[in-house]
Order: sequence, then C-alpha cells, then structure tokens
Amino acid sequence: MDNLFNRKYIIQGLFIVIALILLGTLFYIQVASDKYFLSAESNVLRKLYTFPARGVILDRNEKVLVQNEPVYDLMVIPNQVKEFDTLALCHIVGIDMKRFKKSLNKATVQSRYQPNIFEKQLSIQVYAALSEQLSRFPGFFVQSRTVRYYPDSAAGHFFGYVKEVSPKDIEESDGYYRPGDYIGKAGVEKQYNDVLRGEKGIINMLYDVHNVPKGSYAEGKFDTLAKSGEKVVSSLDFRIQKLGEELMKNKVGSIVAIEPATGEILAFVSSPGYDPNLMVGRQQGNNYMDLINQEKNPNRVFTVRPIQGYYSPGSSFKPLDALLGLQEGVIDPNTTFNCPGYYMAGNHKVRCEHVDGNIALRKGLARSCNTYALYVFQKLMTQRKFANQRIAYDAWQQKVKKFGLGDKLGVDLPAERTGRLYGSDYYNKKYGKSWRYTTVISLGIGQGEMDATPLQMANIMAIIANRGYYVKPHLIKAIGENKVIKKEYARKNYVDVDARHFEPVIDGMQDAVSAPWGTARQSMIDNIVMCGKTGTVQNPRGKNHSVFIGFAPRDNPKIAIAVVVENAGYGSSYAAPIASYITEKYLKDSIAVNKRASVEWMKKQVILPVPPKPKVKLKPLLTDSAKKDSILKSTQKPKTLGTPTVPAKPIQTVKPVQIAKPIQTTK
Amino acid sequence: MSNQQGNRFFFNVDWITILLYVALCTIGVVNIYASIYNGSTASEFNFSTSYGKQLIYVITGLILGFSILLLDAKFFSIFSPIVYGITMLLLVLVLVVGRKVGGNQAWIPLGSFRLQPSELAKFGTALLLARYIGTFSPKLRDVKSIFFAAVIIIIPLFLIMLQPDMGSGLVFLSFMFPLYREGLSGYFLLIFLGMIVLFIADFLVPIEILLPIVLAIGGLFIYQNRRKQKIMFSSIIVTVVAVLYLFTVKLAYEKLLEPHQKTRIEIMLGLKTDPKGAGYNVIQSKIAIGSGQLTGRGFLEGTQTKYGYVPEQSTDFIFSTIGEEWGFAGCFTVIALYIFMLLRVINLAERQRSTFSRVYGYCVASIIFFHVFINIGMTIGIIPVIGIPLPFISYGGSSLWSFTVLLFIFLKLDSNRMGFI
Repeated sequence: MDNLFNRKYIIQGLFIVIALILLGTLFYIQVASDKYFLSAESNVLRKLYTFPARGVILDRNEKVLVQNEPVYDLMVIPNQVKEFDTLALCHIVGIDMKRFKKSLNKATVQSRYQPNIFEKQLSIQVYAALSEQLSRFPGFFVQSRTVRYYPDSAAGHFFGYVKEVSPKDIEESDGYYRPGDYIGKAGVEKQYNDVLRGEKGIINMLYDVHNVPKGSYAEGKFDTLAKSGEKVVSSLDFRIQKLGEELMKNKVGSIVAIEPATGEILAFVSSPGYDPNLMVGRQQGNNYMDLINQEKNPNRVFTVRPIQGYYSPGSSFKPLDALLGLQEGVIDPNTTFNCPGYYMAGNHKVRCEHVDGNIALRKGLARSCNTYALYVFQKLMTQRKFANQRIAYDAWQQKVKKFGLGDKLGVDLPAERTGRLYGSDYYNKKYGKSWRYTTVISLGIGQGEMDATPLQMANIMAIIANRGYYVKPHLIKAIGENKVIKKEYARKNYVDVDARHFEPVIDGMQDAVSAPWGTARQSMIDNIVMCGKTGTVQNPRGKNHSVFIGFAPRDNPKIAIAVVVENAGYGSSYAAPIASYITEKYLKDSIAVNKRASVEWMKKQVILPVPPKPKVKLKPLLTDSAKKDSILKSTQKPKTLGTPTVPAKPIQTVKPVQIAKPIQTTK
Repeated sequence: MSNQQGNRFFFNVDWITILLYVALCTIGVVNIYASIYNGSTASEFNFSTSYGKQLIYVITGLILGFSILLLDAKFFSIFSPIVYGITMLLLVLVLVVGRKVGGNQAWIPLGSFRLQPSELAKFGTALLLARYIGTFSPKLRDVKSIFFAAVIIIIPLFLIMLQPDMGSGLVFLSFMFPLYREGLSGYFLLIFLGMIVLFIADFLVPIEILLPIVLAIGGLFIYQNRRKQKIMFSSIIVTVVAVLYLFTVKLAYEKLLEPHQKTRIEIMLGLKTDPKGAGYNVIQSKIAIGSGQLTGRGFLEGTQTKYGYVPEQSTDFIFSTIGEEWGFAGCFTVIALYIFMLLRVINLAERQRSTFSRVYGYCVASIIFFHVFINIGMTIGIIPVIGIPLPFISYGGSSLWSFTVLLFIFLKLDSNRMGFI
C-alpha cells in the first residue's frame, strides 16, 4: 500500500472527533442541563383550576358573619362556538348584542382554545334558566364559584372586601394568582387573605401545539383538590357592633370597644359605614364608584376611622398626666394645686372652665381641671434630675409612647396609622434650642401637636382598666380548626407604671361618671361602676368633636371603650351616652327599659358636619376637618378614586393651638 | 469469475454493514411511528400513514438493494459517465419543469411520486469521480487533475445551488475526503477549514479587529519564511486571498443569500434570538431532545414530539423524537451505529484492489457522514438549519432509496473485490 494509506486514519479520526462533538453537545443539553427539560414541561403542561370556598368568619359568640354563595360564570371556548340563537342567549343572560359581541371578541383574543369567562357571576336564577337550554349554545358552559354574602349587612370596614386580582397582585403572588381570581382587598378579608383564600385545586392537563387538550398528566398523580379556606373567629360581639352602627347612623365618627384582659376588639364601628354586600357581585364596580363619589357620600366612606382618624385626645389624656406624675413621684394623690380659673404658661394664659381653688388629683380628674393637669405636666418637665427640659421632654415622650401613642398598635387590619407625637428633635428644628415646656404646654392637656386614633384612645382605657398593661388590640381571636392565635396577640405589654398608682386615677374617673360634680354623668349605668372621661375636642371646621373614653366595671373590667362623634359638641352630650348604651348592652345583654327611648332618640339624631364654604371652586368637598391642601389635592385629581380605601392624605383635626394664643378649654 | 458468483455471493457480501443498515432503517420506522403518534390514534397498522409508507420504502429499498447485488459489478464502472450525464440532465430538467416546494425547485413530479434529482446526483457524481481517479490514477498534485476532479464535483453543485438548495449543495463538499485520500494536498483541507473559521469570524468580530489579526498572522508567516522564496510567495498569496475573502463573504452574504438563510446563520452564530420565528424549529428541537435526559421519556411518551411542538418532525427533525423518547442513551446508540457503519465502509474501501471501488467507498462514507453531521448538528443547534435528511432514518422514499442505492452499489463492488473491474 502507498503512503497515502495513513490518510485513512486521519479521515476516520475526523469522523470520530465530530461524533464526539455531537455527543458532547447532546450530553450537555440532555444530561448536564435541566433547562430544556423544564422548558418542555412549560410547553405542554397547563393547569386547570377549581376554586375553593373562602373561609367563614364568625363572631365571638360563634355567629356566622360571612357566608359563601354560589355564583356561576358563563364560560366560552371560542373555537367550539357554532352558529346558534344569539338573541336567545342574550335574553337569558340579560345582556344586549353589543355586550355579547364585545365579550366574545375579548374571549377570542385571549385564547381560542381555552375556556374564557364570558359573563361573570350569574345568579342562581339565571343559571337555572340557562342550564336548561345550554345544549343550544355549543362552546358555552357554566363554571361555579362562590362569592361572599354578609347576612347582617354591617361592619363593612371590619370585613373589607374581596375583588378580582389586579396585574400587580398577580405579579406579587409568585404564580398563585391568575387573571380572574379573587383576593381580599381591604379589612380582614385582606389581612387574613392567606388564611381565608384556601388552596385552589389543580388539574394538570397536557396540551398540544394547537392548544388542544390531550388528557391529564401522569394519570392525575400531581392533581390536587381544592381546599376551602380556614374558619376564623372574630373577637367582635355583633350585638354591640350592630347597636353601635345604629347609634352612629347619620353621624361621623367611631366606636372602639376592647376587652381589656385579652385585647380583643368587641366593637369596631366606623361611620359612615357601608353595607359590605355592596362590594360583592356584578355591581361591585358601580357601587364602589358611588361610595367614593364626593357628592353622594361626602364623608369618606372608606376611611377606617378607628385606625385612621386623627383626633386630639384632649381631656382624655389627663389620666396619663396623673399616672406619670405619680410614677415619677412629682405628685402624690393629695398634692394640691391652686386653680384660679386659668393656668399661666409663662405669660400665656390657659383657661380652665371652673374656679376650683385648691384641687387635688381625684377631683382634678373628675372635674377635668386644665390647671391641675398642666401643673403636673410642668412638674414632670422641670424635674431636677434632667439636665434640661428638652431631655425631660424626651423622657416624658418615651413614657407616653409606652401607652401606645405616636405609633401603630399593630392591630390586624391593613393601613393602620400612627397618630402623632413628636420627639424633642422636632421642636429643636422648629424652635431652635430655646424652647421650654411652656412652648409645648398644650400637650399636657392632650392638645397641640398630638393626635391619637380612636383605637389608641380605647387602648389607653384598657391599660388603665388592667392597671398597667395592654394586649395588642386585635379583631381575630382564633384561626382555623385549632383556634390558633398569633403570639403577639397573647403577650402583655407593660407601661412601666406601678399598679398602685392606678387606683387614685381610677377614683377620679369613677367620680367623673358618678359624682355630682363629674363631667360624664350621662354615661352612668345602674348597678355598674363605670369609669370614664369626656373630651370636647376643638377643631376649626364646625362644632367640637364629642369624645368619651372609659371602662367598666371598675373591678375586673370587661370592656374599655372610646367613642368619637365628630362635630357633635360636648363629650357629655353624645359620646358619653353612646358609650354607656354599648357598655350596658354588652354587660347586661339588654338596655334598661327606662333608657330605651333615649337610645331610639340617639339613633335618630342626624349630626352631619356642615360642609365648609368652598374656598376652592371645585365642587366635591371634604366635610371632615381636613386640611385645606388635602382638599385641594383630592379635588384636583378626583379620578384617582379608583384605588385605595385609605385616603391619600390623612384626615387631620387641625387644632387651634398656637402658643401665641390662649388655649381654649377642653372638658 | 462469473461461475464463482452463485455460491460466493452471500459469503462475499458484507453482512455487518447490511445489518447496520437494517438497524438504522428500523429505528427510522419506529421513530416515524412515534412522531406521527399523537396520543389518541390507535396503534393499528395502516399503509396510508407515514410510518406505513416508510415501511414500504424500506422493503422496496431492500429489494432494490439486493437487485443491485445481482447486477454485474463492471456495470457501475462502465456506465458511470452515462449515469452522471443522466443525473446532470435531470438537474437541468428540474430547473425547467420542477415543482417548487418550500422555496426550492427540487422536485420532478412523476405521477404520485416525486423525483428529487439532487439525491441521484450524489451517487452519479461519486461514480464518475471514482471512475476518473480509478482510470487515470492521477496523484492530484498537479493543477490539471485537480481541475478535472473539481469540475466533476462543481457542475452538480452549481446546478443544485440554482434550485436553490443550499443543503444538498453543501453535501458535495464531502467529496473533499476521497480526494484527500487519493493524494490531494492536506492544505486544501486546511484552507477549507480556514475558510469556515474566517467565515464565522467575519460575523462575530468587527472587520477593524479581524483585518489586523489576519494581516499579522500572514506577516508572521511571510517573515519566518523570508529565506524560502517559494513558501514565502505562497504565504503572500494566501494572505491576500484571505483578506479579499473577508470582504467578499460579507458582500456575498448580503447579496446572494435568501433572507431566511441569513437569519438561520445569524441564529446559529447566536447573533439573533427569535424563538417564535426562524429560531423556533431549533429551540423546540433542542427542548425536545433536552427533555429526554439520560434515558428518555420512553416510546410514545415524548410530549414535545407527540403534541406537535417540533415541526418537520418525521423528516429533517426526526432526531428530536429519538432524543426525547430514548434520551442520551438512544442518541448515543444511533450515533454509534453510524460511526460503526462509516468506519466499516472505510475499512472495506481500503481492502479493495481497484482504485475505483476504493474511491467510491470513500465517497459513500463521506456523503453519509456529511448528512449525519449536518442533520444532527442542526437539531441540536450547532449548525444552521439546513434541510437535509438523516440517512436511513428520516421519512421519505427518495432519500431512503438513494442512500440504499449508494450503499448497496458499494457492497456489490466490495463483494466482487477479488475480481477485476
């Protein structure tokens, strides 16, 4: 053989090398990398879903507050639609031809081969009529799912509502949600959505390249059944919840009642309220637009006032002055101050409504004496142990914060707000280093740059009722069959005031309700020792807010309560009696016969804020005591209404407190 | 010699190659069945389906093959110019009367059957090339013999490019291997390789960077060989040609290639991703093959191929079915069968006494090799999508029969290796 024979090996070698290159590449895509395997799965696998019923919500007496009602979505698979009597279908479903064409087009665009929602949430009557004739409409079928029904039509702010998912929800859900699914969007439905929603059932189906189903994957080995949402037990007592809503009808404000020992919220009334059933079903969108329409509903229906409304605590802050004074030792229960009818803060006069002469703690609280409270505040600020008053102020602010002011309490609802209580750096910025306690003297009577939500006010009462601690207020006391409760809602938070200091303060609060000189006598209940405090909170828009806070009975308290009725005048005129009715109903299960007429009278009272004269030409107006600029903002952009229930700008009670002016009386 | 033929016929034929041939054909029928299977068709046998037809093609192919074995071996050598001439005429004819299928004018309709002359041209060319080298024993060192060999190859190549069928045309480059075996300088292979490298580099590297690199390498060679005048001159020529080539490629690419061919090249080079368009085939094919993993999903269990995600599945992309249902193990087996067959054919070729048979054997191995390499390379995305079949496995009578004829002519020559041609 010639020497060219060796070339055989070169050629054979080349063949082998190329074969190895092919095998190497194959090894990489088949064995080393699972990227292609996963792409293959996503090519052919489609998941079909069955929808679970949302979890049931009960009240503290195991009364069912939310049910699920079946509704029926009319589905269509466009490529299976053949010629049929379109008019008949339109007639049964109750739509016109225009809508029919629109829906069918939309479905066709989404997918010709897969089920699309044609018309959602048909009632059972429509469903019955339709199912008899469904065979006439090829390509159409009905899929059932459930929607919420709230039998009491009450506590809308507590429940919130359930709504179709937004693209953002889908994106954030990590693949759980798909278009057309429902999600809790506000209230408990939102807060406990993960618990309530249950698990969707999944059927894995194989599809070919034309999207035609080819049977189930792996004989259904990976399919799951839909699992209903978990049951949750609310802490609400619906007897007083409903009474509260009736009492607050045609008024603006809140009622919050808490069981002190557990932090369980017994009543959670935000007025104006809405029927949660309005936020269910096919009319949801229209109803929502109506509810946020400023002309039809000028008082911000979707504001959850108990956790979002800002009010000066006013006189209801005075027990805190006394408690901190006692704990710091700057006063004792018998320390007296002279009240000539005013208190001099530097050269500014703060008025008091009465001239009581020498006054001590018990009467000071019962009479709601400004002078007494401010002297205590002065003593706290000028303690020797602090190098300067700014440090004293910070120490005071930290102690007040222990009571849950100036920060979120951590209630189990979305969009809770903090209230307002600043540290010394805020005042340093505002006044330089020259400010003294007289600059912030109005804080001593719960006014000035201090705001609290009704929930925070009720929580302060729970602290006093408990003689020194609170459990974070919450609305859901047990989750699921095992009645789980979150740990944070079982822990006691101590406020670092000794239990013995509470009794003198409680004496004063008892006198406020039951002594002849008390300010809250309208809240007296037969056979029950109620302790309380009225507040009459000034605000620049219309009349004062009527406030009452209290708890009952004095020993082993069962209920702590805060009531705010906006623009209703004295605390004693509306808030105090309302609180007493709620307390009586809760403790005695019924209201004494002799009081029933006044209860009915109270229900009928219409105390709506007078809309302020429009300073801007735009029509819709906030009659809440809202700041001017927030009116401007919300009226200039009335179309941002689509989204949140929480107002973009806080509702703020603007207080008249200016250091230059004398502070007005609070009672 | 003819008196020996009767008894020795079965003894002399290389049964190993025939066995490999049957194995590959069987793999073909089975996988065509799998790629037609869509999960619902009953498994009853039916001659109107693709796998039914393919089975007929295989049987008739075997009959065709064995009838070739019955012919006189001298026939192929003697009639090679005529076979070549007829196939060239058919290539011209197809340009006139051919039917356009998928942009290529490659088919002559003959009743219900469609003849693809480019398939016939492969063994027509192989026969004449073998005859030329076998008869004249050129050493392929001089310009004249290279020229004649090149003409034999370039005429069909040119005619096929006119269809235009780039895939089938490319296969004619496989004749480089027999020529190399018969004495063509290894430089031609290197130059060929260099052309491919420069072609790819031309797309990936900007000309401002590529040009200095080419000039630097050329300059280095020229400088090193400055004392050997002859080598220095050829270095200069090669460098100049390389530079011209660089500019020509871009120009030719822009002017000559069809848009779909351009995108295919760009996708292969990773310059473009287009999962829904031109890259769709490759991506789906890679997904199908990759999803087979080590041992495959099992016969008829491949979801990608079963549910139609891979286009052209029973023909050019049949390998994706194998990859998905039989996994890496199946791919390895198929490639091993091919390599075994190719090495066997080359070994058989080397034992021939006549140069004609040897050259023809190399032609057979090279043509099959090119098809296998390009087809599999295309399904796994390392070669642009060029529509050529996988020998013996892809669906189609034309292609199966032409590979059968190609192979069995060689087996006939081999069985007769002791005789004179």
